[in-house]
Amino acid sequence: MDNIAGSKSSLTWAVHISVALLVALWLFPTVGLFVSSFRTADQISSSGWWASMFAAEQNEVYRTADPDGTRVADGDMFVVSGNIFEAGLEGRSISRWGTSSRDVSAYAVGETADMGDGETMVLEADGSYEWRGTDDQISGRGQRIFATVTAPPDFTTENYETVLLSGNNTDNMAKAFYSTLTVTIPATIIPIVIAAFAAYALAWMDFPGRALLIACVVGLLVVPLQLALIPLLKLHLGIGIGKGYLGVWLAHTGFGLPLAIYLLRNYMVGLPRDIIENAKVDGATDFQIFTKIILPLSFPALASFAIFQFLWTWNDLLVARVFLIDSSGTTTVMTSQIVELLGTRGGNWEILATAAFVSIAVPLVVFFAMQRYLVRGLLAGSVK
Amino acid sequence: MNPALQGLITIIVGVGGCVGYFWLSNQVLDKVLFPARGDDAGRNINRANQIRPWLFLFPAIFALGLYLAYPVVETLRLSLTDRDAGGAFVGLENYRRMMAEDTFWEAMRNNMLWLIVVPAASTAIGLLVAQLTDRIAWGAIAKSLIFMPMAISFVGASVIFKLIYDARPAGQAQIGVMNAVWLQFDGGPMSFIMLRLLPAIILIAFIAVVAYVAWIFLKPFFDTSLRKGGAVIQAMRGVFAIVAAWLIFLSLRSLWGVFTITYAYGEPQQWLTIPFWNNFFLMVVLIWIQTGFAMVILSAALRGIPEETIEAAIIDGANPFQIFFKIKVPQIMGTIVVVWTTITLVVLKVFDIVFAMTNGQWDTQVLANYMYDKLFRSLDWGVGSASAMIIMLLVSPILIWNVWSARKEMK
Repeated sequence: MDNIAGSKSSLTWAVHISVALLVALWLFPTVGLFVSSFRTADQISSSGWWASMFAAEQNEVYRTADPDGTRVADGDMFVVSGNIFEAGLEGRSISRWGTSSRDVSAYAVGETADMGDGETMVLEADGSYEWRGTDDQISGRGQRIFATVTAPPDFTTENYETVLLSGNNTDNMAKAFYSTLTVTIPATIIPIVIAAFAAYALAWMDFPGRALLIACVVGLLVVPLQLALIPLLKLHLGIGIGKGYLGVWLAHTGFGLPLAIYLLRNYMVGLPRDIIENAKVDGATDFQIFTKIILPLSFPALASFAIFQFLWTWNDLLVARVFLIDSSGTTTVMTSQIVELLGTRGGNWEILATAAFVSIAVPLVVFFAMQRYLVRGLLAGSVK
Repeated sequence: MNPALQGLITIIVGVGGCVGYFWLSNQVLDKVLFPARGDDAGRNINRANQIRPWLFLFPAIFALGLYLAYPVVETLRLSLTDRDAGGAFVGLENYRRMMAEDTFWEAMRNNMLWLIVVPAASTAIGLLVAQLTDRIAWGAIAKSLIFMPMAISFVGASVIFKLIYDARPAGQAQIGVMNAVWLQFDGGPMSFIMLRLLPAIILIAFIAVVAYVAWIFLKPFFDTSLRKGGAVIQAMRGVFAIVAAWLIFLSLRSLWGVFTITYAYGEPQQWLTIPFWNNFFLMVVLIWIQTGFAMVILSAALRGIPEETIEAAIIDGANPFQIFFKIKVPQIMGTIVVVWTTITLVVLKVFDIVFAMTNGQWDTQVLANYMYDKLFRSLDWGVGSASAMIIMLLVSPILIWNVWSARKEMK
């Protein structure tokens, strides 16, 4: 095995199957959320999401049209005919049906149900019915029909409308979406700028204490941000920043800096010395070298860190709760709103699933679009 | 003002301010303070170059100092003072009060469980996937899909798994997968295989692995030729051996339990409220997220193994398992340790998952959530800071090791 020409392991098929199983296992949870976000509340609570992929059989109650106005005279009898499936429910088919709740599957489709005293009902698989009886029988409200219905897979985008457009204050995520975006973008860009300069100094400038500073950065990499919560909140309240966007931007900048400096420095150290020395000989200042040579060459490392910081700030709950969200709750971010939804609407899976998926969608897009840089950043950040 | 506009302005001001600061300070340094002309041109250039690094570094050092270094000191101070008494120094009183609380010990116990299970499971599964996907054609896609949960927030993952653990009253259709599967078990032979035999096999495998590792650690005690390192190393070996013995004891007890427990077949379970086991249901969320990370790093390490070593092993007649465990794993041991410690760090700070799924109820408290609880619900800054210091204390061995290896690498 292992790349030796002519040898092929007999275990290959086992490898394929186990990888397929693992991938399925890993995807299953996310797919469940995704599928659930396209189902109505009734559908979610009546069957597992995995059943929604297939035609599902369920017992439902329908009612024929009201006789008054729709009934047609046929000799001395009256007839009401139509279809129990309203517009939008096409594609369903009936297997068994009944006219009383005591026996909901009394008749087969096409069979004539005798409802006593000459009153009859015929129901076809496609839902069309013919209800026949005397003047007395065919009056008042429509007749109830209990049917065992096979419904084709049915999905709706209604939940997304609720969560993004309509929806009341607790359900609507649009505001939280913008809020998250407002937190994320500056909190991603500002640390990059600061860290890039620092990383250049640590990589290519000679000064006493450089090694010590690098060691400090490595040490600060692992300091849990939990320690920073109270002291910094006190500081923010003390100097008048309070709870708000500015505070959360600053906090994310501070917490993201060690990784940024570490990643960028490791990358910049690896850049060819010749280029930088040639530029120096040609009279370029450090500032010019940095902006004209180092920054463009460091793009992969900058991109890696940008993705990290973006994912981290977008997905963050703790920092936002401590530094951003005040009692008015007007600046809530998506993660925080979802936690609140979990508390208040724990059973409303259609809202929860959709809200969660809205918040997951953006990082997923970024992830798949820029996976290459993310992997590179991970490797640089931890293997070194 | 519209927050989006405010955000835009901040980006411009922030980025512009940073760039402006760097540009202007360099200009001031070169043109005003130490101009590179006149009599002392040479000396001025040297002086400017001595100062310049600090101009580049100043914002970063300032932010790091203010947002990471200062809080460590300040939290330490807060943990030794009493807020209600106007910040009076109370010594270790807060720690004493914290230690007296059951919840704290519950959080410590759970955290230890997390620290053992999550890094071990993530690294093991990650290594398995890395090895399996290495040689199949669609390996890249498989890896990318297993890596995907990395992008999902802890909160999003909590919602995803809450749906999986969802329970409805008996008789209704179950919408959570766990209960849907659970209700398939009826106590027949299939249930015996899946719920008693399979866990037993996994436990026995776990015991074997722990015993093997413990034997490696204990070997030098019996074989003096292997003994090296000072008393500290020997003491650490002893500690490892005790931990291993404890793990084996726990596993044996569970093994007994697996065969004797009566399962509640046919009853939907509220998984997150079953004490002790609910910790594992929460850990699954983190394992699901972190496995991709372990896989990516270990996969790169596996690729970096020199081909000759493997070919030599094949020629010597090693089978695939021997190649994996005796040739490959020892060569990537360093990377495995790095992955393990990185996940350990994540575990120590785990907050969102517990906060969103159980909020520490039903015996699932962990340190980070305990701390949040103290700081922002009980508003007890003393005990809150004390528990933050405990997290810091648990992190510090990794911190020291990181700094030490970074310095070694630079020399």
